[in-house]
Amino acid sequence: MSKPPFEFDTLALHAGQRPDAETGARATPIYQSASFVFESAEAAAGLFNLERTGHVYSRLSNPTNAVLEERIAVLDQGVGAVAVASGQAAMHLAVATLMGAGDHIVASRSLYGGTHNLLSYTLPRFGIKTTFVDPRDPAAFAAAIQDNTKLVFGEVVGNPGMEVLDIPAIAEVAHAAGIPVMIDATFTTPYLCRPIELGADLVMHSATKFLSGHGIVIGGLLVDGGVFDWAASGRFPTLAEPFDGFHHLNFAEEFGPAAFIARARREGLRDFGACMAPTTAFHILQGIETLSLRMARHMENAEQIAKFLSEQAGVLSVLHPCLPSHPDYELAKKLLPRGAGAVMSFEIAGGREAGVRFIEGLKIFSHLANVGDAKSLVIHPASTTHHRMDAEALVAAGISEGMIRLSIGLEDAADLIKDLKAGLRSAAKGGR
Amino acid sequence: MKTQLGGATAFYGVGNGEHAPEQPSVVFIHGSGMDHTVWLMPARHFARHGYNVVALDLPGHGGSEGPALTTIDAMSDWVSALLEQLGIGEAAIVGHSMGSLVALDFAARYPSHTRSLALLGTSTPMPVSDVLLDAAKNDDRAAMVMANTWSHSAPGLMGGHKSPGMTLYFGGLRLLQRTPEGVYFADLAACNAFEAGPVRAEAVACPTLVVLGNEDKMTGPKQSRAVASSIQGARVVELDCGHAMLSEQSNAVLAALKSIV
Repeated sequence: MSKPPFEFDTLALHAGQRPDAETGARATPIYQSASFVFESAEAAAGLFNLERTGHVYSRLSNPTNAVLEERIAVLDQGVGAVAVASGQAAMHLAVATLMGAGDHIVASRSLYGGTHNLLSYTLPRFGIKTTFVDPRDPAAFAAAIQDNTKLVFGEVVGNPGMEVLDIPAIAEVAHAAGIPVMIDATFTTPYLCRPIELGADLVMHSATKFLSGHGIVIGGLLVDGGVFDWAASGRFPTLAEPFDGFHHLNFAEEFGPAAFIARARREGLRDFGACMAPTTAFHILQGIETLSLRMARHMENAEQIAKFLSEQAGVLSVLHPCLPSHPDYELAKKLLPRGAGAVMSFEIAGGREAGVRFIEGLKIFSHLANVGDAKSLVIHPASTTHHRMDAEALVAAGISEGMIRLSIGLEDAADLIKDLKAGLRSAAKGGR
Repeated sequence: MKTQLGGATAFYGVGNGEHAPEQPSVVFIHGSGMDHTVWLMPARHFARHGYNVVALDLPGHGGSEGPALTTIDAMSDWVSALLEQLGIGEAAIVGHSMGSLVALDFAARYPSHTRSLALLGTSTPMPVSDVLLDAAKNDDRAAMVMANTWSHSAPGLMGGHKSPGMTLYFGGLRLLQRTPEGVYFADLAACNAFEAGPVRAEAVACPTLVVLGNEDKMTGPKQSRAVASSIQGARVVELDCGHAMLSEQSNAVLAALKSIV
């Protein structure tokens, strides 16, 4: 019942931007300016008092960034968004907006390694602890909720185990306890999954990945669904009590559904300062313009390659929810009908050494630490993205030493399959 | 701020100011299914300039307990009772959409309490289509999607919010979706049934401003002008926007209000 008045592909091209009134420029201009001239002293006072709209300083807002923010917010069906320096910055901004020392998070244990580092090692230094639970067990999320819990967090598709999060079920247990759900939708983008539509309250993206597609910038986006009642929950003094840092502003009282995203900007960008460069916002917008076309091709290629790998003798197992062998196959069909993303993992026969020979035998796949590029990518999580995890944590996160993660790009699938065959031959040869 | 009125909690925003009835007062009245948050920017502006701001939530809306009132007359009587409770003798009365009908009714029936009047996105009569009324009666949520779509101009539907990072369409929709079940239908039915508008308009004696959106599909520019022409000396400000003028043209609305409050 929330569907916007234009279709997704149209919004991906137009939402949040009108042709420039002065110049007629059709593309979103890059406003490469640190600050903006005030119309008058009174207008300046009005901007600082949040009684006028406009831009003051590009750490807080920028006209190019504003187009990107509105576009992703519309695509995710939220009331607003904030563009930040990276996906990690988006995660940190959400946490810092919701809680402080003494508070607690319940998170899926199948997460991007960078998020795992933040939650496991860095935030505890600031008094914020996390309990990690099985992403496939909503009851475990419920059981882990404490009096001081402020957030339930997970990824649409886990990394690198490819677990599909049952967002409606997780949202039900979190909301029953008066706690919001934030979803990292980096792997899926709003083309494949709109978590707010499924019951989540907040969404974060590493825009570096599929949203951009080109792999040329680092950026993050934080989206507020505008659906969580912060005042009614009673757990969120940062949003529902006067904020001394902004002349006793009560965000829930004055901004209503937009309380979270207003505080994220007015405090988070102001004080932590992890803003996005306008040129970066421009580049991400260029990517979003073709998001639908790219994601459809990503899915077409990924499903062919998952099937190919699952039929190879040198592959012990393949993890992708499009395969009937995946435990979340049915859930993925229900929650992710357009596909479960172009990232997949597989276990190569021969363990760690075979994995290294496989990667070194590839010519088209690039060995690097990223996903979501237009070009196909490969990585060995145990030695790179998840290298800080000990053996026990690796097992808990569903990662083995022989696990290879692929991000399937937009090349011709036949060429990708040839390349994978070459890699598998290299892995097998070295093992003799 | 909260107060007790008729045995129920009544909420009103003060624009981050203080309740100061000795100062000139300005009262903001929201539209159907809305609440005080639509007045965020003007409320903060007038509070900063020393006005006593009352951005009220009608019963059943925002922080005010229900049940929703079912006639425009009852709403303006409630506003009168609230102002009495708050010790406010005279105020500038500003209303948007349904709130403009309440403001008009209040100004005509309580002239000694009305310093000036601003009607935003107004029309009287304010007929509500059967399609929308039926949808509201049967399923509030579908009606909200319908009305929220009609409330925006064609460019507004595609976005371009003046407030950085916010969305026009979902900003309006999420606010409507907070309304308790039945309240939205009660509001729309109250607008539809209000027939005293022309009589009330003729009775208004205070300085009046009508703000209209040239792409308003809910209360068309022609209807807004007709309201203005029936009020002695009323001025008109035309803005480039739809019915949701408070979000589509927030700075221009504020500039207009500064000339009448």
